[in-house]
Amino acid sequence: MDVFEKLKILTDAAKYDVACTSSGVDKKASAGGIGNAAACGICHSFSADGRCISLLKVLMTNVCAYDCKYCVNRRSHDTPRAAFSPRELAELTINFYRRNYIEGLFLSSGVLKNPDYTCEQMIEALRILREDYRFSGYIHAKAIPGADSTLLTRLGMLADRLSVNIELPSQNSLRLLAPDKTKQAIFSPMGHIQKSIQENARDIVKYRHAPKFAPAGQSTQMIIGATPDTDYQILNLAEGLYKKYRLKRVFFSAYTPVAEDSLLPAPDTKPQLWREHRLYQADWLLRYYDFSAGELLDQQHQNFNPYLDPKCTWALNNLHFFPVDVNRAAYRDLLRVPGIGVLSAKRIIAARRTCSLRFEGLKNLGVVLKRARYFITCGGKAADGFKISENTMLHSLLSEKTLEQYRCDFSQQQLSLFDQTPPINPHPGRVYEDACASGPNLLL
Amino acid sequence: MPVQADLTYYYDGSFDGLLCCVFESYDKREIPIDILSASAAPQLFSGRSIPTDPHKSGRVLASIPQKIGAAALNFVRHAFLTCLPQKELYILLFLRLGYRHGPQVMNMLTNEVVNKLFKAVTHLNRESHLLKGFLRFSICNGVLVGEIEPKNYVLPLLTQHFCERYPEERFLIVDKTHGMGLLYQPYQARVVPIAGLELPETDEDEQVYRGLWQLFYDTIAIRERYNPVCRMSHMPKRYWKYMTEFGRPQDGAKPKLAAFGGKLLNPAAAEAQN
Ligand code: SF4
Repeated sequence: MDVFEKLKILTDAAKYDVACTSSGVDKKASAGGIGNAAACGICHSFSADGRCISLLKVLMTNVCAYDCKYCVNRRSHDTPRAAFSPRELAELTINFYRRNYIEGLFLSSGVLKNPDYTCEQMIEALRILREDYRFSGYIHAKAIPGADSTLLTRLGMLADRLSVNIELPSQNSLRLLAPDKTKQAIFSPMGHIQKSIQENARDIVKYRHAPKFAPAGQSTQMIIGATPDTDYQILNLAEGLYKKYRLKRVFFSAYTPVAEDSLLPAPDTKPQLWREHRLYQADWLLRYYDFSAGELLDQQHQNFNPYLDPKCTWALNNLHFFPVDVNRAAYRDLLRVPGIGVLSAKRIIAARRTCSLRFEGLKNLGVVLKRARYFITCGGKAADGFKISENTMLHSLLSEKTLEQYRCDFSQQQLSLFDQTPPINPHPGRVYEDACASGPNLLL
Repeated sequence: MPVQADLTYYYDGSFDGLLCCVFESYDKREIPIDILSASAAPQLFSGRSIPTDPHKSGRVLASIPQKIGAAALNFVRHAFLTCLPQKELYILLFLRLGYRHGPQVMNMLTNEVVNKLFKAVTHLNRESHLLKGFLRFSICNGVLVGEIEPKNYVLPLLTQHFCERYPEERFLIVDKTHGMGLLYQPYQARVVPIAGLELPETDEDEQVYRGLWQLFYDTIAIRERYNPVCRMSHMPKRYWKYMTEFGRPQDGAKPKLAAFGGKLLNPAAAEAQN
């Protein structure tokens, strides 16, 4: 099989993994070597689905001994199989890298023979890159559940980031759909990685040149919509993972049907992109806006509103928190205003040291006044020239497209968002906002 | 101080030259209506040529970090690389604000002049960040060669990044908008004027890797998530021109979404391989 065919098969099999970021570490090429990395990450292209391409994302092999029902590579799936040799893969990576196609490699794999053997193959590919080519570019490697912890340690010494995919957000779903994997098989490598990162951090303090273990940390991914798990469960799990395992990122991947199985959504089901989008927005709120999962959803409200982003939803449910005065409010409180983001909040703090802010000036600071004006005052005064009613507020918080959608869904009823939660996913697959995994741009 | 409607400064287009205009403005207690590069604009309007005097520019250069702060100097140097119309005049007005208010000027974001320049610098930084990713090299006779057509003059901002990335390579990045090239060989970089560039025929190796990259690009997209609007907002079309994944000279074919499931070969053959 030539390398074209292998690349096609092993890319096709890897594309459902969402993580493609190259962020979290800054370095430059070592003497006589090649490759650097920028902490902010660099996107090299965007594919036709709008996702960032930063890394050569492929599998070592798509041969797999396991039979996870949601996965294209499962043993029982009739599909062409291929495997890279470690040297072949290293060469391909370097040649892409030299032409500036990529920031590095994202390597994952099906379980060939057994977890240890698979892990050794991956280690060999990374070793060739790091030692033979002296490659300092970004490497993200997937830990193979069930592989020996010494192998995992070696993998971590070669990679910048490690990840263990949780895939299914509850133990129940896991038991049903991934019969070969146990909760233990997922969380024990995650714990091992976290411990190694911590120990390594101590070593680096002691010996400045101690080799680094996964300096860009670890991440994970969950599939959304293949199982009945609610947004509330998923978000709580994500929050727990950030706290307990110090994960750098939790990725969400709307399930794309790849198999017919009575336990899975029908093959013509569209991926729940809007839901994935809402989860990313909420995740953003957890990581950068100092929100907690419990503030966004609770036992009574287990799913996100398809029409309104999580921050607006929170604001409407917590009107007593507002108005916030832009000339006095703390950074943390400014962040809670719809229409004010991390950047504009920082600019407000900087600009108000030089003069007292007025509504006219806020636009220059990047504040989206259309949304923010309901929730803020400037020097104690509210914006004038408009009346606050549910209707006007709704108009300004929803985009035109969403508003129209909302009207057709609820034409019989009064236009009100305050006392009802619309049914979840009234039009599966219709995207309410442009859902882009690489950045929830709607969220401010 | 009122702007003098009938006065235009002409300078030599260099940063030092612009600093001499700042000197002149203070020396003569006047604010011109515009500052133009003598080479870029024919002298249509009555105006004054400001000669570049290293003594004067040196004094202004030294005073900026002292009076307005190092961050402001860095900011002004970046602003000078932007494609903002009348950037020279805005830089003069910014510095005048800076001499009056001190380092605080960097926080006066609601001020029109400060805001204009901040937006322009943000645009510059964004463009140079994007090009760190979107730039493509072809390998010709062992040299990496890439072309870009940026709106802002980003070459100085790309230098460090690419030198740290490929310390052992020889490479050339050609900025076609500004007619300049970044030339690197271990371990020194130079920026030189480049009028045109004829690339030699690409060899077979180069063709193979281009083909592999195009195949990867087509295959990695998930069909059910097709979203060209999102792609376009992250990667505006004007960058596509020099990107390998879109340049398909052989058949002129556009990038396509891979067929579902990748039925490239029959499963029996695949089994035999494994
Ligand atoms: S172990 Fe991984 S590759 Fe194999 S079937 Fe399960 S999810 Fe797919």
